Amino acid sequence: MHARADAADTVPESSTLWPDDIFATLQRFDVRQVPYVPDAGHSKLIQRVLGSSTMRGIPLTTEEEGVALLAGAWTGGQRGVLLMQSSGVGNCINMLSLIPILRFPFLTLVTMRGEWGEFNPWQVPMGSTTQGVFELSGVKVLRASNAAEVPAVLEAAAAQAYNALTPTAVLLSQRLIGAKVFTK
Amino acid sequence: MSKANLLDRRQVVSTLLANRKDVVAIGGLGASTNDICAAGDHARNFYLWGGMGGAAMIGLGLALAQPTLPVLVITGDGEMLMGMGSLATIGLQKPSNLSIVVLDNEAYGETGGQTSHTSAAADLVGVARACGIQHSESISTMAEVEAFAKAVHDVSAGPRFANVKIDSASLERILPSRDGTYIVNRIRGDLGFQPI
Repeated sequence: MHARADAADTVPESSTLWPDDIFATLQRFDVRQVPYVPDAGHSKLIQRVLGSSTMRGIPLTTEEEGVALLAGAWTGGQRGVLLMQSSGVGNCINMLSLIPILRFPFLTLVTMRGEWGEFNPWQVPMGSTTQGVFELSGVKVLRASNAAEVPAVLEAAAAQAYNALTPTAVLLSQRLIGAKVFTK
Repeated sequence: MSKANLLDRRQVVSTLLANRKDVVAIGGLGASTNDICAAGDHARNFYLWGGMGGAAMIGLGLALAQPTLPVLVITGDGEMLMGMGSLATIGLQKPSNLSIVVLDNEAYGETGGQTSHTSAAADLVGVARACGIQHSESISTMAEVEAFAKAVHDVSAGPRFANVKIDSASLERILPSRDGTYIVNRIRGDLGFQPI
């Protein structure tokens, strides 16, 4: 069974509302297409997106599909955001080259694995290089480490991505989403 | 091994785009992007010079953003093979205004003509159909190309997929613009969007 460390009752209730804060910001920025590869850390946000009348959640088979999808969406006049976990960032590398070439607004929200209390060693190599991969690929990285800073970080990320065409990734740290707990 | 009665890629593409009206055409990395340019440069041509495997997904994003606009992806077998998962993504979304044509010469023509998986085993029509794209067909005559070109304009009956076996002749390169920002902004302008 999979659970999250932050499910414990020691965590204040407000800290579980950060996916709602993200959803509200995306709505305010008129985000319409939300491609994603599921991650437990994104599950609440994905639920909100799938229940939305203005956003379309689009499940992908691999994350680089989402980069290309957002290029097409922008060409057709819509903004999007790509939801994935840190492992998926490696899958995107060549497709990230579309962003400076086509110059479309790129925002991705990445739930982190392989850091802060990680149980699974297989997550660590990609989790450790996620930020570097983005930076080498020309994507600016912002990070949210606790629930209180999520709204401000999301606001800044969305503003620079959509208004200034600055490709931006927000890393949602494992400290925020809670380390995955593996129980038998 | 040469096969008889294979279609000419330029003739196929010029037929697909002959009466294009408001179609947005996306050419996948490789000869396909040259083919759509050879059929006539157009404000609604999306030429890819990179991002291999992304043509169909660009088509999906555009088709979902503009559901009344016919969107036609024209790509090669190698490019489609690299983005084969996107057929599953498209099969799930079922955008009724999206059409995909694969120009299948069973080879990586741009890199020396190495044989591709479609030469002996992979059946892209079968893949597309199995991914939920019901209107998936293999095309071997110009009459079928003409019928498909008409169907592209029916934005209520897609998605549709066609694999066209073409000959592997290497043709004179007709090179479109390589400026991606220009290409995208030209399409956006033609669709009525202002620069940011």
